Amino acid sequence: MDVNATFIGQIIVFLILLWFFNKFVVPPLAQANADRRKKIAEGLEAAEKGQKNLDEAKGQVDALIREARERANQIVDQASKRSNEIVEAAKQSALSEGDRLVAAAKQQIELETAKARETLRREVADLTVRSAAKVLGREIDPARHADILGKLATEI
Amino acid sequence: MATEHGAGHGASPTDYILHHLTHYKVGEGFWTWHVDTLLMSALLAAVVGFFFWRAARKATSGVPSKYVGFFELVLDFVDGQVADIYHGDRRFLVALGLSLFTWVIAMNTMDLLPLDLPGGIAGLFGAEYWRVLPTADLNGTLAMAIVVLVLILVFSLRAKGLAGYAHEWVAVPFGIWLAPANLVLNLVELLSKPVSLAMRLFGNMFAGELLFMLIALLGFTVVGADLGSALGMVGQVLMGSVWAVFHILIVVLQAYIFMVLPIVYIAMSEEHH
Repeated sequence: MDVNATFIGQIIVFLILLWFFNKFVVPPLAQANADRRKKIAEGLEAAEKGQKNLDEAKGQVDALIREARERANQIVDQASKRSNEIVEAAKQSALSEGDRLVAAAKQQIELETAKARETLRREVADLTVRSAAKVLGREIDPARHADILGKLATEI
Repeated sequence: MATEHGAGHGASPTDYILHHLTHYKVGEGFWTWHVDTLLMSALLAAVVGFFFWRAARKATSGVPSKYVGFFELVLDFVDGQVADIYHGDRRFLVALGLSLFTWVIAMNTMDLLPLDLPGGIAGLFGAEYWRVLPTADLNGTLAMAIVVLVLILVFSLRAKGLAGYAHEWVAVPFGIWLAPANLVLNLVELLSKPVSLAMRLFGNMFAGELLFMLIALLGFTVVGADLGSALGMVGQVLMGSVWAVFHILIVVLQAYIFMVLPIVYIAMSEEHH
């Protein structure tokens, strides 16, 4: 229990320890701590910023996608309209072509009919003249009786 | 903690306890040196300082290793305590609190060593006595308390100036006309702080140490293979264990008190009355 010179020695020991802690232990540890705190704060801030940017980018992407979808729909609409038009036009042209062909064919038929009728008339006239000649027993001069023949031919 | 008894040290229980309460001394009168206290405290200061120094050297702002993390945890704890109490540049006070806290824990922990082990080891080197617990020596605790007292004075003078502090001594709390009463009261107030600090730690650790010794005395009842001896042995092991576990609390608690109170005193000393 007695207090003696040990007391002085203990003071010296403690002062040395205190000086050592104050100079070599607390400053570097506290510095590292403070630096890390700052780093973490910066990291958190950066993360928040990144998140915000990401959100913004997501919004932009959404808008772009919406726009693209609209445009695609537009294009599809246009294309189907156009194709309908083309099909319609093709149908129209096919119909008119058909009509034209039918008309041409009719004309041809009429022409052929007329021709055949002409030929037939001529042959009938010829035949008539010849049979008339035979009946009369003499030659009928076609030139002299042309008027009668022509009249006859028109009657057939 | 108590080992199987050290009856070889002394013939009777009284001798055993007296032997364990005697310092290894060098010198005469006031100039007596307790070699055990000085050596143990210096050794533990070196150990504590070394571990913290290694941690401080490795500390970076990056991811801390587990080793550094542990010491940063201790520093953070002390820093938090100091920050709660003292509002100002607290770098020095953190160093003060940290050195007190860790050093006192290290010294108090010596109480948990087997009671006769340190003395036995010291005996191998020719030391007849060896008290391993520097905080159960009033010199050890008083030394820290005196340093704290000086710091209180330094901080008071720094905050208030010589005139302001002197005025406080003679005029507070009763006014200038009762200067003698003020002086006496202030003196008592000032001195009570280091004295209570030193006595509290010393008393706790001394009592703890003494109780370990008393528990160890149960070993004296072991004389042979009879019921009394068996009871004595079981009692010693059981009570020694229980007290050791409880003592862990005291070790840390007293160190914590010895860290916080000086900070409180210093913070108070800067306040103007």
